[in-house]
Amino acid sequence: MQIIFFLLAATALISGIMVVIQVNPVRSALFLVLNFFALAAIYLLANAQFIAAIQIIVYAGAIMVLFLFVIMLLNLRQPEEGGAHRHLGQKIFGSSLATAVIALVIYKVFRMIVPPGKPLTPDFGSTEMVAKSLFTDYLLPFEMTSILLLVAVVGAVILARSKVE
Amino acid sequence: MEIPISYYLILSSALFAIGTVGVLIRRNAIIIFMSIEMMLNAVNLSLVAFSDLHRSIDGQMLVFFVMVVAAAEVAVGLALIYVIFRNKGNVYVDELNIMKW
Repeated sequence: MQIIFFLLAATALISGIMVVIQVNPVRSALFLVLNFFALAAIYLLANAQFIAAIQIIVYAGAIMVLFLFVIMLLNLRQPEEGGAHRHLGQKIFGSSLATAVIALVIYKVFRMIVPPGKPLTPDFGSTEMVAKSLFTDYLLPFEMTSILLLVAVVGAVILARSKVE
Repeated sequence: MEIPISYYLILSSALFAIGTVGVLIRRNAIIIFMSIEMMLNAVNLSLVAFSDLHRSIDGQMLVFFVMVVAAAEVAVGLALIYVIFRNKGNVYVDELNIMKW
């Protein structure tokens, strides 16, 4: 099981790095899809079946289609000029700051005292259990997300509509 | 054969750091957006890992709401990028200085 986890983690990390270093935005988007699929498989290892399913449906499906649609709509022909040496100081500073964050987390994680795990119930993470919690304890936030999505849709339509009346 | 929580947290922090680097070093607004998505996913991973550790469904609920907010953010953000492209002809963030004077 740990070997599967390491393979998936390596896939997620390599595809994540490729997202950042690819010049072509379409390739970046395709590597991001690979990253999302690897994370969905890791969610399955962590007993979150429903979250894994909606990770694939919402992220790898809907959101990435929207990204690819916009990339192809914009048709960015000119490359990012000057690539390697532009803002070199900022790039070095940002990368070293990110490395410092990882080092800090690794340092603290290995000093952490982990409580003993509870026994696994067979329905943990299933759609039924998630739905029960969603429609009882989290009913008000769930209803508010519908308003949020409505506002986002209206905002996107108003922003992107044509200026011609 | 449980996977220790520390592995999840290290992977999550590494993904978050990669996303941060992407936001800091790239000029293309669309790739910056993708990096933000990757950071949101890294946070989701640690929420799922803690939910698994404590056998509590609340972490997975929070992941659900993070996904909803991410979807709304992508819809509005990509509309904004499209409007910027229509007005300026490119989406490079270091050439956007309309609000600077």
